[in-house]
Amino acid sequence: MYLGRVVGTCVATQRSPGLEGVRLLVVEPVDGSGRVTGAPFVAADTVSAGPGELVFLVGAREAALAMEVPFVPVDAAIVGLVDEVHLADGARGFLRGRDDVPGAP
Amino acid sequence: MKVARVVGTVTATVHQASYDGQTLLLCAPVDASGKVVGEQFVAVDRAQAGVGDTVLINAEGGGARLVFGRKLTDALAIQDVIVGVVDAFDEG
Repeated sequence: MYLGRVVGTCVATQRSPGLEGVRLLVVEPVDGSGRVTGAPFVAADTVSAGPGELVFLVGAREAALAMEVPFVPVDAAIVGLVDEVHLADGARGFLRGRDDVPGAP
Repeated sequence: MKVARVVGTVTATVHQASYDGQTLLLCAPVDASGKVVGEQFVAVDRAQAGVGDTVLINAEGGGARLVFGRKLTDALAIQDVIVGVVDAFDEG
């Protein structure tokens, strides 16, 4: 599992069977301090994540198992909304309600 | 299995049912010298690990299902599980 930040949505009208009604979001992988660690990708949403939100995801076969209808062609699924990341070095990580709203103090 | 260091805790109140009651820790893969060698990931703790500990990670879903006493066909959406706290580790 890994952390990510929702940066957009993906619209795809023509889909493989089993993917009907699945919400697709664009996510970029981040580390505990919010630094982007890779290229953005599309993930299926199972927890109603919103734009800008810090989430955690599962990959591979387990992503398909996380879906309401399991065993669908999905290889990344958002499985949790992150409220807080507390880092070992004492640095404050992410705090939900403060860091997910652009421009908030 | 991977060796990693626990670098933080993750709180996620809204999550998939598979994660009910589980502790999530943020981990960074390390080598024998303790140097971070990859990107951070989130793992479910099943070995009472704490921040700063070097831990052993089962990084694959089939093994994770066994750790949780589930059948291999069960729909458990968990991959990385902390299955041990490492006391010593060296590369020969």
